[in-house]
Amino acid sequence: MTDSRPVLEARGVSRAYPLPRPHPLAPRPVRHAVADISLTLARGESLGIVGESGCGKSTLARLLTALEPPDAGTVLIAGRDPNALDKAALRRLRRSVQMVFQDPMGSLDPRWPVWRIVAEPLVGLAPEVARADRRARVVEALAAVGLGEETLTRYPHQFSGGQRQRIAIARALVTDPDIVVADEPVSALDVSVQAQVLNLFLELRRRRGLALLFISHDLDVVRHVTERIMVMDRGRVVEAGPTAEVLARPAHPHTAALLAAVPRLDAAWTGRERRAAPGAVTEHSPSRHR
Amino acid sequence: MVETPTPTAQTMGGRRLAATAWAGGAVAALVLLTALVSLVWTPHDPAAMDVANKLSDPTGAHPLGTDHFGRDVLSRLMVGARVSIAVSLVAVGLGAGIGVPLGLLASARHGWIDEAVMRFNDLAFAFPALLTAVLITAVLGPGAVNAILAIGIFNIPVFARVARGAALSLWTRPFIQAARLAGRGRTRISVEHILPNIAGALIVQGTIQFALAILAEAGLSYLGLGSQPPEVSWGRMLNEAQTFLFLDPRLAILPGLAIVVTVLGLNLLGDGLRDRLDPRLDTRRADGGR
Repeated sequence: MTDSRPVLEARGVSRAYPLPRPHPLAPRPVRHAVADISLTLARGESLGIVGESGCGKSTLARLLTALEPPDAGTVLIAGRDPNALDKAALRRLRRSVQMVFQDPMGSLDPRWPVWRIVAEPLVGLAPEVARADRRARVVEALAAVGLGEETLTRYPHQFSGGQRQRIAIARALVTDPDIVVADEPVSALDVSVQAQVLNLFLELRRRRGLALLFISHDLDVVRHVTERIMVMDRGRVVEAGPTAEVLARPAHPHTAALLAAVPRLDAAWTGRERRAAPGAVTEHSPSRHR
Repeated sequence: MVETPTPTAQTMGGRRLAATAWAGGAVAALVLLTALVSLVWTPHDPAAMDVANKLSDPTGAHPLGTDHFGRDVLSRLMVGARVSIAVSLVAVGLGAGIGVPLGLLASARHGWIDEAVMRFNDLAFAFPALLTAVLITAVLGPGAVNAILAIGIFNIPVFARVARGAALSLWTRPFIQAARLAGRGRTRISVEHILPNIAGALIVQGTIQFALAILAEAGLSYLGLGSQPPEVSWGRMLNEAQTFLFLDPRLAILPGLAIVVTVLGLNLLGDGLRDRLDPRLDTRRADGGR
């Protein structure tokens, strides 16, 4: 868009998790959740990350938001490495990256009223915002997602799934970040509500110049909100490029398989076997061995 | 917005406490009330002797009769309730006051702190609680304060374990990750997010531990290691009644009955609360509005 300097950058980041040993003397196997991934996100840009569940998308999100340090490689937020900063500097940096999670119920503390949930990043990251000004910031963030002041004193269980996700988005916006990382933000919602939340993301990008890192397994959703996409498979990027181009002419067989797995209603679908994506675990296979 | 709140919003909290739990709670409340009333009024002075009227059967003046010194049994039971409750309450409070922070600390900091706390727990669980309580009061000397210490110490690992277990399952929840993204430290998260969300489990455990503490206090007093004369307690009354067991079993039956009814009431209340708060039974709340 405008500024070409990336607001978020990953340089060859990797992250592996130890798995249980197959037997007590065996060396500990590891799972390479994210392997040598590099990406850049420019100011105001939106990047989609797609792949099946278990391909390392969420791990990548945790690395990019500095919830976890990478085993190798560097994450740069606004040009600075969050894992090399002291606590105070990290707090200042965190204001520019916020996150929206998949499960809108699980990401809101069931015992906290909405005003406290939305104000939490201000309390933790922006202590210079006076108590008296917090309310105004919270009301403003809620207004940006289409929720009124009457929601302030209510609790998460009093809202629908879509409204809860709006609250979670308001929390992500309250510190006025440059980047929002959204990890499957609509996959827990009804289809009719998905469109509303997606349109909200589009609107927020346009109005606030947010850079959006949008993680999803749903290609239709990604097509709707992102300009560029990266396709991940087993911790690696297998294909990247402008969204329309990649989805129209997939160069990698994995992308083609993902596309083929999107359910369609058109006639061409009938009678054709649904192709499983390579490396996919078929959900029904274990039951055959019972 | 076309979204409507899900049915869970209205039905949540609608699960009733079982009738037995209400009965248990009523009994426990009655005992507590009796203990409070005894602070300002008892039918007779519980220490006033009337040797001429010893071992009297229930009469209008003495509804539950008199003991071997002619003291009013009803008055003594009322005052005894006070001692039982006070000792148990302080002992359980001591256990929870130390155990819960330990459990929260263990769950918030992995590694050697967690190991140290849990191995200390294992060690404490390896001792037979009541026998060791007897040993402690025997070494420190009999008395209410030492009984509190002896009972309280064995409540520490119970609360530490319950708090740690409940807290561990919360640390992976998205709202805790959101709090970390909001720059909150582990201590703040433990106090503001974890503690309110495990309070239910702790209250249930507290009720059951309270019942156990009343039994333990009665046991210690019966052995002469708890509160000392002229203080009255149910355990001491049992002890004194022993000599007259064949002459007048009423003197042993009444304090015994008081202990049984109180412990039974607390256990029923605890079980009922557990059924209501057990997360495994509470799937409707956990799944939210999906």
